[in-house]
Amino acid sequence: MVVNCEEVWREISNYLDEEVAPDLRAAIEQHIQGCQRCAAVLDGTRNVIRLYGDERMLEVPLGFSHRLQRKVEENIAGRRRGFLGWMVAAAAAVLIAATVEVSRSSVSNHRALRSEHARPGTGVPPDMMVVVSTNGKTFHAAGCPFIHDKAHLRTIAAREAEKEGYTPCIRCLKKYLTA
Amino acid sequence: MPGEVTSLKTPAEQFNEGALIRRVRDGERELFYELIRPYERRVYAAALAIVRNQADAEDVAQEAVLKALKHIGQFRGEAKFSTWLIQITVNEAHMRRRREHVGVMQPMLDHQDEEGNYTPRDFADWREVPSETLERKEVREKLAEALASLGEKYREVFVLRDMEHLSIEDTAKTLGISTASVKTRLLRARLMLRDLLAPGLGGSWSTKLSFAKGTKPW
Repeated sequence: MVVNCEEVWREISNYLDEEVAPDLRAAIEQHIQGCQRCAAVLDGTRNVIRLYGDERMLEVPLGFSHRLQRKVEENIAGRRRGFLGWMVAAAAAVLIAATVEVSRSSVSNHRALRSEHARPGTGVPPDMMVVVSTNGKTFHAAGCPFIHDKAHLRTIAAREAEKEGYTPCIRCLKKYLTA
Repeated sequence: MPGEVTSLKTPAEQFNEGALIRRVRDGERELFYELIRPYERRVYAAALAIVRNQADAEDVAQEAVLKALKHIGQFRGEAKFSTWLIQITVNEAHMRRRREHVGVMQPMLDHQDEEGNYTPRDFADWREVPSETLERKEVREKLAEALASLGEKYREVFVLRDMEHLSIEDTAKTLGISTASVKTRLLRARLMLRDLLAPGLGGSWSTKLSFAKGTKPW
């Protein structure tokens, strides 16, 4: 096989990458031995590959590594914060759901108290008739001296009084209050 | 394949890299920078081959690395980690180029006919240029300038193949072109660079003497 200069130039890159068939390779080598121009092109191309392939050609701007590392660390920290934030949000959601559930169960038992300071009673006989005043917060045994607003009294079952959020009087119904 | 640097890592380093990848995937994200550090310069070079502007290349490199961190769980080890990272970088750089419509500023060399034969212009005889020449900043700058003057399609193939040491197949896969196109573009890139650099590298560059004051190295 004989090759001319143009064929050598066309294959010079493949030749250097050892991507040519053995007979073509031999033909190129034979041509180059007698052709100074092609030998110059081959040597020059080999130099180009060797020089650019050197690690020293992979230059980065001053501070590049530091900035990249910081970016990566910030991203990781951001994800952590994001994850923590998600956890906090999730915990808050659970808490809110639980609170709603509790308050719903209170409503269902009609235990929303009229006074935030009052303590609910325990074991008050549901059928016991008690006295409440419309604007008051507690229910009383009939005749209790601590009944306020006597002008607007109602007598209802203890069951009903509790449903409406009244709590036992700490004087006359003390025995039904939780310790 | 002879003449091709298939891996710059020793088997022990590769093993360590595999272990590091697993640990990062299992949640030790703080080890990620250690994993990519050996390749950060290659990531930057790949980005610069496509966007050409240093600031943009750094942005692209950072975005690519963060993207790799985000998707590390998808890395299955079918390709080398370095190739996977370079592929992400090239995609990121191409996206940036498309966004910014920089294509209108393509240099003339990009429009050269890829199929036609390239005829070398300079036949000066080169001596072997010693690698120590690269210690000189002005030589590295001239090489970088010559590379930047190539059209994008030649530059990116050359950088991936001859600077990043990707195989022809991986270069083709990364750029989404055929292996035949890789070979054609690589041939042109190498010959064009040779022509651009021959006046300097074929002559006074290969000596260790500094250039006379006021004269160009070309």
